[in-house]
Amino acid sequence: MTTTEQAPSGANIGTRKLRKEDPKLLTGEGKYVDDIHAPGELWMGMVRSTMAHARITGIDTSAAAEADGVHAVYTGADLADMGLWAAPLPCAWPVTADMVNPPHYPVANGEVHHVGEIIALVLADSRYGAADAAEQVVVDYEPLPVVSSIAEARDGDATAHSDLDSNKAYHWPLVPDPDALEAAFANATHVISAEFEQQRLIPAAMEPRGVLAVPSPHGGDITLYSATQVPHILKVMVAATTGIPEMKIRVVAPAVGGGFGAKLNINPDEILAVTLAHRLGRPVRWTETRSEAAFSTHQGRGQLQKIEVAADENGKIGGVRVHIDADMGAYMMLITPGVPLLGSFLYTGVYDVPAFGFTCDGYFTNLTPTDAYRGAGRPEASFAIERAMDLLAARVGVGPDEIRRRNYLNGGEAFENLETASTLVFDSGNYAPNLDAALEMAGYADLRAEQQRRRDAGESKHLGIGLCTYVEICGLAPSRALGGLNYGAGGWEHATVRFLPTGKVEVVSGSTPHGQGHETAWSQIVGDKLGIDPDDVTVLHSDTAISPLGMDTYGSRSLAVGGVAIAMACDKVVDKARLIAAHQLEANPDDLEFAGGAFTVKGSPDKTMPIQGVAYGAFTAHDLPDGMEPNLQEQMTFDPPNFAFPFGTHVCVVEIDEETGNVELLDYTAIDDCGNQVNPLIVEGQVHGGIVQGVAQALWEGASYDAEGNCRNPSFLDYLVPSAMEVPSLKLGSTVTPSTSNPLGVKGVGEAGTIGSAAAVINAICDALSPYGIDDMPMPATPARVWKAIQNAKGGQS
Amino acid sequence: MQVEMTVNGRAMSADVEPRTLLVHYLRDHLGLTGTNVGCDTSSCGACTIHIDGESVKSCTMLAVQARGAEVTTIEGLASNGELHPMQQAFMECHGLQCGYCTPGMVMAATSLLNENPKPSEHEVREGLEGNLCRCTGYHNIVKAVLSASGQGGS
Ligand code: FES
Ligand code: FES
Repeated sequence: MTTTEQAPSGANIGTRKLRKEDPKLLTGEGKYVDDIHAPGELWMGMVRSTMAHARITGIDTSAAAEADGVHAVYTGADLADMGLWAAPLPCAWPVTADMVNPPHYPVANGEVHHVGEIIALVLADSRYGAADAAEQVVVDYEPLPVVSSIAEARDGDATAHSDLDSNKAYHWPLVPDPDALEAAFANATHVISAEFEQQRLIPAAMEPRGVLAVPSPHGGDITLYSATQVPHILKVMVAATTGIPEMKIRVVAPAVGGGFGAKLNINPDEILAVTLAHRLGRPVRWTETRSEAAFSTHQGRGQLQKIEVAADENGKIGGVRVHIDADMGAYMMLITPGVPLLGSFLYTGVYDVPAFGFTCDGYFTNLTPTDAYRGAGRPEASFAIERAMDLLAARVGVGPDEIRRRNYLNGGEAFENLETASTLVFDSGNYAPNLDAALEMAGYADLRAEQQRRRDAGESKHLGIGLCTYVEICGLAPSRALGGLNYGAGGWEHATVRFLPTGKVEVVSGSTPHGQGHETAWSQIVGDKLGIDPDDVTVLHSDTAISPLGMDTYGSRSLAVGGVAIAMACDKVVDKARLIAAHQLEANPDDLEFAGGAFTVKGSPDKTMPIQGVAYGAFTAHDLPDGMEPNLQEQMTFDPPNFAFPFGTHVCVVEIDEETGNVELLDYTAIDDCGNQVNPLIVEGQVHGGIVQGVAQALWEGASYDAEGNCRNPSFLDYLVPSAMEVPSLKLGSTVTPSTSNPLGVKGVGEAGTIGSAAAVINAICDALSPYGIDDMPMPATPARVWKAIQNAKGGQS
Repeated sequence: MQVEMTVNGRAMSADVEPRTLLVHYLRDHLGLTGTNVGCDTSSCGACTIHIDGESVKSCTMLAVQARGAEVTTIEGLASNGELHPMQQAFMECHGLQCGYCTPGMVMAATSLLNENPKPSEHEVREGLEGNLCRCTGYHNIVKAVLSASGQGGS
């Protein structure tokens, strides 16, 4: 059933409930890792490589070892000799059987492969002492040839690892029907061919990463506090890399200050803190500095894309062919090789593409490893196809809205469970009304008129209007699908829902929030399902001792998998409660109605029992049906049968000053469709933040490297995370097309904004500059780049 | 060395190295961990507090430079169990997600309204330029500050 009007709402689901999380966070009560201390803690100070590729010929630790307050100094060789590693740092996604995966240990031993790789570390009794002592370690290097870009990795002679003869890590094809693809291009009237660079991005969550490992020396247990999105995965991986038995390990993600994918890895510092604390019997900690984060936390994107679109004379697409060269960086981190492939299925966008082919080559460089960053592969895909659609529109001579309408899946009309050429089955969609809503809210016709007026008047401030009609894959993921992609884990999520004796409810969730408002949203779901006040619900999460089963938070999966698991656990609670109520009311279970939090015998309104009363009865267990277990608590592990495919239309309006090349965002409209909404307030917040991150890729951000592999802009002084000054207020709306992949009809929204926005901005810029014949603009579209493009175009005209 | 100051209305003192930054004095020595650290270049504003009523990035000065000053941190803003109107506005407008920038943002915003009680949207954006947020895209933060100034509802 598709509606475009409103979300279905219970008393709570669909309402703009204010967040439960906020009072703590607003008053400084929230505890992030760096706020937590343990008696006797030692601080790690990292000695990081200043060279991108070199042999380490000597390390002098003597001055550091003698410094005041220093407990120990370790080199990579020392740690290897101590036998601390059971296995290298993990890559959970070997995308092909022959993928190259050089061993990656927390501390380099012999050869370094990127600037900032850890060479040695000190343990000192204070934050400042650790930093000082680390600076006193002297390292001698013998430089090796540096691979500082994807192009060099692909075309040059140097190898990023001296023991490899090639930089190529893997080749991954997805070409369901090669003959059909070839025929599509052979028969095409128009072939659009374009290349784009997805520059590297520094994720820059506002809370730097940090760890604190607290051992219990006699019991052998260890607790790791980490600023992580993935405590459950981290726990398994700590066991695998250190050999500490898994049941001795507890991982806690306390308040986490944003993640965006950057906190879903297994990092050297986490493993070092655990092993050293375990070995020394003392707490060990570390907090990343912002300037260090460009090296100590993975980066996002890093792709060269080539997309070709074959179309007939009307612009109707016959085929799409894509090739990507992807920058892995120096090592395979947790899901590094899989990130570009997450986008592979989306290069057909929201369009009816009869034939499709995608290939990806992964390459090693001597740069910080890449991995997931908000959208992870999907913003890249959306960018390429949405840029190509605008190029196709120009070629055919129709507007960007019209070219999209001509190609929408199912003719732009509502559909359910539709198979696409990229082999996935889209759960539901209804694209044309979504586009209409966006164009109307943006005032598209007036904008075009104003654009024409400026052009006719020869004004130097050009107006550009950019569209992006994106789709994304959320609800990661059906475990079987992950198995098919050779991913090393499942995609389910776990929930426990339990009534406490006093009628309050405790929910234990395996998904791990870091700003998304799970406590509020989950309480709303439980409130409606159990007919109770959401404020009578508490949500426990992010601590493996409390929530032992979980697959954590990434890929816009929390609601569509974790939230659904909670709803289903609630259904089980009601089922059990019904049996108890029927027993105590001396009625047939089928004759009971459950509404408003109470069971009532149909036709006998006075024979009723609130669910809290049932819960108390289940707790005392004085009068339960024969053989029934006491207590009212149920568990659910939900493995989604399919992904969810949210979609939407973004309309970006820019003004470009011809004199300076400055791009000003005048207006931004987004109509997103994430299926049913649990809390529109939270949905809007996710979209706002996502849009600005995507806009930032288009206009300001990009990790820049010199030929020696040095990052030129690691700190906030020169890596331009936007402030409130750079961005306008955003106009949001939504359509609602419920998902068929889960009983709540929800799709997920965490990454939507980012997936739609970069293409909308660059399309707007190219639209503004189209009179100059400009149809491409590299990201970030800095004033210098835009100005130069205009000058070149003018030069070319004269 | 011994450094004393009044923090959130109480006389406080700690023995610290002379080079201790004010933000670390508050966090590591007084245990007031509400004030956050988001960078090492005085760029992000996560550490914003009030010194003698003015907003200051507490990573840009040494603890000794604040000797004898009246310091207010995020922990000192709510009173008698009631959120400060700015905190309330942030909550009502969903002006925070992960909350990491929030203490600094709220402190900067209250000081902004002290100086300019009825700012325009542009003035709010300009006034918060030194405070970075990666989660909210600023839309709801700006809305919260305007709402706290009595302009526009939540
Ligand atoms: S921590 Fe003070 S400005 Fe960033
Ligand atoms: S709320 Fe997360 S950085 Fe602002």
